[in-house]
Amino acid sequence: MSDEDAATNREAVSPEAVNPPDGGADAVVLTGAEIVCECLLHEGVDIVFGYPGGAILPTYDALTKYPQLHHVLTRHEQGASHMADGYARATGKVGVAMATSGPGATNLVTGIATAMMDSSPIVCITGQVPTGAIGSDAFQETDVTGITLPITKHNYLVTSIDELPEVMREAFHIARTGRPGPVLVDIPKDVQIQEAEFVYPTEPIQLAGYSPPKTARARQVAAALELIRESERPIILAGHGISMAGANEELAQLAEKAQIPIALTLLGKGAISEQHPLCLGMMGMHGGAEVNHAIQQADLLIALGMRFDDRVTGNLATYARDSRKIHVDIDPSEINKNVTVDVGIVGDLGEVLRQLLDRVERRPNEAWFDRIAEWRADSELREIVRPAEAPQHPAVPEGKLLGAQVIRDLFEFTAGGAITVTDVGQHQMWEAQYYQHERPHSLITSGGLGTMGFGLPAAIGAKMSRPDQEVWAIVGDGGFQMTMMELATAVQERVNVHIAIINNGFLGMVRQWQEFFYEERYNQTPMVNPDFCKLAEAYGIPTVRVTERGQIEEAVNASRAQTAGPTLIDFVVEKEEIVFPMVPAGADLDDMIRRPTPAEFERQQRERAAAAEITEAETTEAEAPAAAAALGSRFGV
Amino acid sequence: MAKHILAALVENRPGVLARVANLFRRRSFNIDSLSVGRTQRDEMSRMTIVMESDSAEADRLVKNLYKLVDVVHVDHLHSQPSVVREMALVKVRATSDNRREVIQLCDIFRARIIDVSAESLIVEITGEEEKLENFTELVRPFGIVEMVRTGMIALGRGGHTLKDEGFKPNRSRAAARSSVL
Repeated sequence: MSDEDAATNREAVSPEAVNPPDGGADAVVLTGAEIVCECLLHEGVDIVFGYPGGAILPTYDALTKYPQLHHVLTRHEQGASHMADGYARATGKVGVAMATSGPGATNLVTGIATAMMDSSPIVCITGQVPTGAIGSDAFQETDVTGITLPITKHNYLVTSIDELPEVMREAFHIARTGRPGPVLVDIPKDVQIQEAEFVYPTEPIQLAGYSPPKTARARQVAAALELIRESERPIILAGHGISMAGANEELAQLAEKAQIPIALTLLGKGAISEQHPLCLGMMGMHGGAEVNHAIQQADLLIALGMRFDDRVTGNLATYARDSRKIHVDIDPSEINKNVTVDVGIVGDLGEVLRQLLDRVERRPNEAWFDRIAEWRADSELREIVRPAEAPQHPAVPEGKLLGAQVIRDLFEFTAGGAITVTDVGQHQMWEAQYYQHERPHSLITSGGLGTMGFGLPAAIGAKMSRPDQEVWAIVGDGGFQMTMMELATAVQERVNVHIAIINNGFLGMVRQWQEFFYEERYNQTPMVNPDFCKLAEAYGIPTVRVTERGQIEEAVNASRAQTAGPTLIDFVVEKEEIVFPMVPAGADLDDMIRRPTPAEFERQQRERAAAAEITEAETTEAEAPAAAAALGSRFGV
Repeated sequence: MAKHILAALVENRPGVLARVANLFRRRSFNIDSLSVGRTQRDEMSRMTIVMESDSAEADRLVKNLYKLVDVVHVDHLHSQPSVVREMALVKVRATSDNRREVIQLCDIFRARIIDVSAESLIVEITGEEEKLENFTELVRPFGIVEMVRTGMIALGRGGHTLKDEGFKPNRSRAAARSSVL
């Protein structure tokens, strides 16, 4: 264990803990359940999200002796794991979820997988049937360490009370260090009940097979600097790793010193202020067209704490073909996984960037920036969200509220300062496109797993970890209904989270794919929804419905004026809005479906009208499916 | 494509074998053989993994093995001087008519006959993969009743060893250690 980790552990010690970790105090006899609570205090835990049940009851009983550990009763264990995740992402601290055996444990699974894909540090504690009953298909028994094997960074089945303190300490250590991730600790009921002398372990954590890398080798740093020196069209791809490593300042310095533009992954938003002149915005499937063009035309990619997800690269065979590539990541298995790179550097991003910064050279890339500016000008022409008083893009339907507008206005009326937590779907992509983040950890979203239902519970967790911050849950009507039972949790805990439902009565993103690639067969995507305002009222939540752009400001301000408990705004938006641009799955990154420019749009309208006049009946029915099929085959879907 | 032989030193903790096996499936690694056994240290087991792949794929497996907390050290044994052995037990149909022929064959291959019955012999043969395969081809005409192979095991020659120095298991955890199963 490094000195740094030792320092973290020391800081985490709560004064109320029975045994200070520097030793000295006499050992006390505690139950396993009490030892769990003691260990949580030693780790600096203040909130536990969970749901009680038979096999975890001894620990819930012990919690009554530890008022410093605030337990939040969720309405479903999935909510507990998402809340722990949201808590962790908003602060970088380890989030804790607790559940009973069997169904309690399996309900955590989606949240654990979500945390795994996005490298979020959470520790899940599950009750298990007594050790003697394990393997007998006992009531509420499930092999949760088996189930979560591929979706945890590590997991434990505690078979003896003697190993409990060490296991708890290792679990937090593994969750928070290196590439963070979820760790599950499964504790049989008899181990929770047994008693043992408790002395908090003071010796350094000994894990022979676990030592997160720190600095890069000098030879690799030199090789990277050489590639940067030789490049004329470099671009930095900044991912989630930047903010997790706290390397935001180093990223800005590197970009400024070497004059390199920065593209962000979805989870990379917040790595650098999106107002920064070198920040281009988001890349990938729904990224900015200018950003994707820049990546495809670059002669050097500098990938920092990102993992070349397929939503970011498009067709790997044609991805950034003419560029050399540098990849820095803390996880060695990410290097050369999807994209073969020229220089792979394994290390902590802060350390590696400081190593690079010492010797990177200042260099102008004027011609490169001019090209990017041209692509950006074209994008701006196609922009649909404009100030209400400006001339509108002709594709904006008269009198309709657009989801994209809602996000843009929310950005404006919250002065871009909120922590936003999204669900998954069109609204998530509009958030990424139109809510410009300035600070790290201010966008919380399920990127890797794409978990619908993540938004509301993760927002509750985020708000509880950062009560000083304004938190907005931006959700779609589909995903919201997957976990909306957590409204009760928000009310019970008086969590001041502002909920914005982007309600189009459709599973919008799936509908969009059906429109483009499945010949407009909208199978199982239209939704009959409850009246969300009446639903909120049933929970005693202040609520308002917005149907026109002019109502947004007042509704947002009214929500913000509420400083206790949740609020909910039902934004009823245009049903058939499309997220542009779009790189179809498997297509080349610069082969995007674009929104037409105003001129193109008007020409298309004229042509369509003319065609309709000439051949009223016969044409379209035969040709439209063929055209859609052609579009589909072109993109290989 | 080539044969890659990897050796992994792992901590003796319950479930380690499941973690490694799960990794093969989860990341679609094509494994020819996997053999596991104890080492000179109570707290460690050693796995020998053989895969037919290109070297990028083998590197990917090594990196993913290292991600497992219980895996202490991994080495490519095919790329350094090493000895590789596999053992097979082969039950060959052999009656008084042809037993002599089978015994002659065993002598040539330095295989040992460890059980005899009226209808068959059990032959123990140790060596590199090719030797085992040649032997089974030659006894096949007599009739192989059943057979079992251990999978390959390997050690680096001389100073080529897997690193485990400096690792001391925590006292309370040592009690819980038994094997990787």
